[in-house]
Amino acid sequence: MTRSQKIEEKFFKLLMILATYFILAILAVIIYSIFEKGFKSISWEMLTQVPHGGYYYGKSGGILNAILGSLALAFGATLLAFVIGMPVALYLNVFLIRHKKVISVIRFLLDLVWGIPSIVYGAFGFSLMIFFGLQTSLLAGILTVTLFILPIMIRSMDEILCTVPIGLQEAAYSLGSNKSEIAFKIFTRQSISGIITAVLLSFGRGIGDAAAVLFTAGYTDHLPNGLLEPVATLPLSIFFQLSSPVPEVQNRAYASALVLTLIILIVSLFSRGLGKRYHKTKINF
Amino acid sequence: MDNSPKISIRNLNVSAGKTQILRNINIDIPKNKITVILGPSGCGKTTLLKCLNRLTDLYPELKVNGQIMIDDNNILAAKEDIYKLRQQMGLLSQRPYPLPMTIYNNIAYALKLRGIRNRRETHKLVMHYLQQANLWDEIRTRLREPASRLSIGQQQRLCLARGLAVNPEIILADEPTSALDPISSQFIEETFVRLKSEYTIVLVTHILRQAKRIADNVVFMYLGDVIEQGSVEEVFGNPKMEKTKLYLGGTFN
Repeated sequence: MTRSQKIEEKFFKLLMILATYFILAILAVIIYSIFEKGFKSISWEMLTQVPHGGYYYGKSGGILNAILGSLALAFGATLLAFVIGMPVALYLNVFLIRHKKVISVIRFLLDLVWGIPSIVYGAFGFSLMIFFGLQTSLLAGILTVTLFILPIMIRSMDEILCTVPIGLQEAAYSLGSNKSEIAFKIFTRQSISGIITAVLLSFGRGIGDAAAVLFTAGYTDHLPNGLLEPVATLPLSIFFQLSSPVPEVQNRAYASALVLTLIILIVSLFSRGLGKRYHKTKINF
Repeated sequence: MDNSPKISIRNLNVSAGKTQILRNINIDIPKNKITVILGPSGCGKTTLLKCLNRLTDLYPELKVNGQIMIDDNNILAAKEDIYKLRQQMGLLSQRPYPLPMTIYNNIAYALKLRGIRNRRETHKLVMHYLQQANLWDEIRTRLREPASRLSIGQQQRLCLARGLAVNPEIILADEPTSALDPISSQFIEETFVRLKSEYTIVLVTHILRQAKRIADNVVFMYLGDVIEQGSVEEVFGNPKMEKTKLYLGGTFN
């Protein structure tokens, strides 16, 4: 290595190290402040009761309605987005293989709608609700969040599916597999851990979003009570609590944020474990 | 045994955009023989092989014209079940691609495509094909492991067993030993020689010695053209064309 190569190497190495630790430090500060403030005000009462004294503005009661509401909403939307998104991603990669232009147009459109802010989805959902004469409800929330996370779901699966080697596809075709066998037996198995990541990513976006559910799922002090009733959600409870002038209520926002963070943590650990287990027994790379 | 060729290729042209990959190919491939398609890298050997089982369908940029008759069926015109047609041919590619499932299921998957669902029969046939590919003794206790845990040489033999399991009449092999160690390569070559009484084998290779060892017929290709074809004695013993002589002499490759 010449002297200038050495300097170049050192410079870029340093740059990468700095960037990595800078990001890690910021993340650590965010997580620390959520945990620090959250643990102070979190209590058994908060986890097991509904809010007392008006929507979240009181200092007593809990956020059980929001926890359950968020879970129902995010699971519902993730499931629905998976059921719609998986076939789309497979269709793109298996059935449209001879139509590269169509694929790139669809990918471009999906990337475009990925970038639309969630409040626009909220407004869109809201106008649909008015059109159909519906009121704010869990169902409307699920449908809106589904629309919002679909591009994320499809594109992240797509990115994984398009890495299935052409040699493997040729091998499977040469045995006489038809396209749906290729899609469901080869592509899905080969990409299982990436698919789990896509689902997880979508779930995280779905459960963490406040704007899409503001007009559509609504808010309430009650526990979720059927698909056609409004539900409370954690991001909105954080929003309301933070906007209160009372410090105790503001601190309760951090407790809500802590709960939200822990839910995402648990779900991601669980699905990673699932992916690994499946990896070991059925899947190879 | 009748002497009509198993596969006959007539006026086959393949192009990708403005590049002509194969030019006016005419080849007869006899039944129950090993036909070696020989030539330097990039001469269109692999494309030719992919035309034979219409894997070219996966590449929209390829334009394929001409006639490929297998028995009496022009497969390029075949509107009928392309998936059934591919089952007449087992493919062995340059690198082994085991399916993302267990060793056992790699074979069972192929059997299922052929319509065999009965468990006992599946069991029997999995064993049979793994034996044919010279793999059974090494892996009989590991059938439930993912196929990717096998060594590359074992994976290639698994792919051969899987290809045989769809009960083909033809084996297409695309430089099947190029990623393998000498011992695994020898295994594959020996298996081919053993199998040729039952199958028609088309082997693509750039290895002269391999061609000499196992070929009955040789087709020499260069830059998309067939330069010379004939029995191994003719082509190796008494090459007629200048380019063939040069290649055999090792002057270019």
